[in-house]
Amino acid sequence: MIDLTGGMASRPTVPSVENAGVVCVRRRSTNCHFFVTPYIASRGSAWCTRDDNQLTIAGLLGDTSRRDRDYRDGMDRTLNGPRILRLWARYALLAAAATSVLPNALAQETPLLSGGISFFTNTSRGYTTYLPLTEPLLAAPVGKHLMIESRAALLESFLPRGNGMSGYDHSYTAALTYVQGDYIASRHATVVAGSYLVPFGTYNERLSPVWINNLQDGPFIANLPFMATGLGGELRGSALSNGRYSIDYAGFFSARSDNEQFNAMRSSGGRVDLYLPQERLEAGFSYGRLLQGTRENFYGVHLWWEPEKTALRLRSEYARGAHAEGYWIEADYRSQAFGGLDSFVGRFEPVFRIQQTFRIDNLATDGLPSTDTQRPEIGIDYNLPHNARILTSYSRQFSSAGDHNIWETGIVYRFLFPAWKGHSK
Amino acid sequence: MTHRRFLILFLSALCAILVLVSVQSSGAAQVRSAANGKKVRQAPQTDGERVFQQNCSRCHAAPEGFSPSIAGTVARHMRVRASLSREDEEALLRFLNP
Repeated sequence: MIDLTGGMASRPTVPSVENAGVVCVRRRSTNCHFFVTPYIASRGSAWCTRDDNQLTIAGLLGDTSRRDRDYRDGMDRTLNGPRILRLWARYALLAAAATSVLPNALAQETPLLSGGISFFTNTSRGYTTYLPLTEPLLAAPVGKHLMIESRAALLESFLPRGNGMSGYDHSYTAALTYVQGDYIASRHATVVAGSYLVPFGTYNERLSPVWINNLQDGPFIANLPFMATGLGGELRGSALSNGRYSIDYAGFFSARSDNEQFNAMRSSGGRVDLYLPQERLEAGFSYGRLLQGTRENFYGVHLWWEPEKTALRLRSEYARGAHAEGYWIEADYRSQAFGGLDSFVGRFEPVFRIQQTFRIDNLATDGLPSTDTQRPEIGIDYNLPHNARILTSYSRQFSSAGDHNIWETGIVYRFLFPAWKGHSK
Repeated sequence: MTHRRFLILFLSALCAILVLVSVQSSGAAQVRSAANGKKVRQAPQTDGERVFQQNCSRCHAAPEGFSPSIAGTVARHMRVRASLSREDEEALLRFLNP
């Protein structure tokens, strides 16, 4: 059994799921079902989802989707729904005060509320999970150089009890995904402070919002350590930009701490992107280093390509850590040949993604599956009018721990409106 | 599943993607001028539209309309998220709220 209370000054070697025996502890027996996994325990916190344990549905470490992991990490900070509302109310008041003293500069810069409301279902190994989810986003400019933005996640999960028991458990999770202040220091530099999305690879910053991602689940490699939210500072911007190419950069330092333990998990790193607009090709390199306890390096590369005059997008990413590596390649396409993107046919969006992870060793768990895993996914999305979207997908996961099918369906509605009535130009 | 079968599946998908690209590219080639091979734009593209296509729509579809009062906030948010230059932010703002 893993000790829930012991603080961890470093990332110790922890047993794999296969060797750990019973490593899960039910934190809340009636309406919440989070469990302990080795990785989470190694960070000195106690939140993960039931899919991470071999006694539960999927039975594989690393099965927890990126989205779920974000909520879990958010719960580490013991935020709940009312507290998030209070925090957001403070930001809104701050933005309102700033807006009132800077009326001329903000004619088109009324704070906005955006986000997505979704209802997902996931069927795996005969069990179906229902996940109603709301991800609101607040962006509030303050003056000409500063902006405060935040994204939260409110999730109600209905999961089958499993292990021969009938019925469902349900849980409610609310978490701030990030809260950051952006100061535009110059045309080449923006300083970010607060809790921010770590700029490693592309998925975390660009594709993780529920209203953007083409598939419900994030890729495996998005579960690598430190790849969710950092706490500290970030410097980012456009180093060079002209009609032929542009080079962007982002560097960060994080000293994230779980308030239960006051135990910082320091890390640093960054990303450099080269984008060729004429070829519509982007390549980038990411680097991250854990500075706490066992120091480990992480490397990542990504390649995105959108052939000109097509609605085809090819995205790929590779990441390597000290104990595992993996990649994903995703393609999505919308036909323009039958009346454009807004025609009945043009609204269909086939999606294909392939991902693999390779375990280097099991000396420490790192969020990736504990065995080599392959998962091809095929999906068909339909882009409804009025910012709604239907997502469906089928995937099959292959690993030595067992193969299984995953069926996912869901609908997402994206909203975007002013936080209050502003002065339109 | 053996690695060979997995590889076959992966290569098949890759071939399908390449076929799609080639079919679509041949359609796009029809807008090229036969005389000098230079591309002929079907409609003039503003800087803001270019910025939007090259930075915003690479990740997400455009929302179907929003209040002009938040156009500047959207542009500034994209400036941070997509590391836009100030000129690109202004062009994007003109595109969002001309």
